[in-house]
Amino acid sequence: MQCPYCSNPLDFAGARFKGELTTEEWCRVFREAHDLGVVQLGLSGGEPTLRPDLTELVRCAKQLGLYSTLVTSAYRLKRARLAELKDAGLDHVQISVQAADAELSDRIAGATSFDDKMAAYHATRELGFPLTVNVVLHRENLHQVEAMIRLAERLGAERIELANTQFYGWALHNRAALMPSKAQLAAGWEVVQRERRRLGNRLEIIWVLPDYHEAFPKPCMGGWGNAYITITPAGEVWPCHAAGRIKTLTFANVRDHPLSWIWHESDAFTRFRGDGWMPEPCRSCERKTKDFGGCRCQAFLIAGDAAVTDPVCSLSPHRPLIDAVVAQVEDGDGGNAESAAWTYRAAPASRLLSGG
Amino acid sequence: MTPRVAAKARLQWDGLRNRHILLYPEGLVALNPTAAEILGLCDGQHTVEEIVTALSSKYESAEITTDVQTLLAGLAAKGLVTYDA
Repeated sequence: MQCPYCSNPLDFAGARFKGELTTEEWCRVFREAHDLGVVQLGLSGGEPTLRPDLTELVRCAKQLGLYSTLVTSAYRLKRARLAELKDAGLDHVQISVQAADAELSDRIAGATSFDDKMAAYHATRELGFPLTVNVVLHRENLHQVEAMIRLAERLGAERIELANTQFYGWALHNRAALMPSKAQLAAGWEVVQRERRRLGNRLEIIWVLPDYHEAFPKPCMGGWGNAYITITPAGEVWPCHAAGRIKTLTFANVRDHPLSWIWHESDAFTRFRGDGWMPEPCRSCERKTKDFGGCRCQAFLIAGDAAVTDPVCSLSPHRPLIDAVVAQVEDGDGGNAESAAWTYRAAPASRLLSGG
Repeated sequence: MTPRVAAKARLQWDGLRNRHILLYPEGLVALNPTAAEILGLCDGQHTVEEIVTALSSKYESAEITTDVQTLLAGLAAKGLVTYDA
């Protein structure tokens, strides 16, 4: 899969992500996480089904009582593998799809994958897994919101997550080609509201707001170092899946330190925990307990400083940088000419872009 | 009306928090001891009336019926409890 909005780091093909943790190391880390109070485990990537020992990892998680979720593209994922994971105790499956029809979905994915996904959706339901359909929304597929909800309904999914693109990793690199117009977003949101009324609790529709188009930032990760840990394939520990890009932080590795020390003591986790780090306008703002100053990664990526207010906030002095990007779409021709300009997420492009 | 904990949810003891929790995709509900006891009986084998009777024999409270109904209605709305026909 080569989706141009991938939240993976641009340098995913580089040395930083080589030397994956072994089965034994992962199981030890799961135990350390459990002992810290973690109850939810998301097996993500990259593509977690590329790990030959995935079933063993699920079994470790099950023994600890972790509620495990497989987040997969389902590319080349067969029913037998899903059945094996079910037997090992996997609790929940999330499968992405890029659009509601094969042609568009495969074009966005950069891989012929739609049929694999449909087969995996059916296998997931037949095996009795709760199923979440994951869709990332952007300029090229926002017109299909209704079709995607109908697809999830037909598949018998419990949930569909319609996540507007957040601009990190490859999505930030491809921002000009992915940024939707205000009209597209308004139309999508209208469909979501209508379908929620129609479906009631038969299908949960999660709509993740497009933060560039909001007046206030998202409460990113429920606060820095508050409820979430990302561990990279090579064992680096990040407060979220994008934090590794913040060059002014140092990240510890589970090969060198206990997870408990990393959580409680390490630079990366303590730097922005709580509100002591906050500058104005956050410091005196009553919203700081709701949005925690927004996203540290976005502050670093847009304003060049992870310790300032999220530039998405209308109170931020950096908000004009966001407004300019949004305005480009509104002033342009709808962006069709630019749509071919995105770079697919792939190893050669990763090495080229990160100079590795 | 025979309630059961939905297939996507799992009721388990959390030794660290010293209480039962109900886990489901990307979330959890922390349960007080009474709620945990009620959910423990939501196995498709007990009707709502039987659950109320079982709890009434252990706890002297006039509100047991309401407590059970409120808890189950709240969890059913989240799809965490289903009813067998």
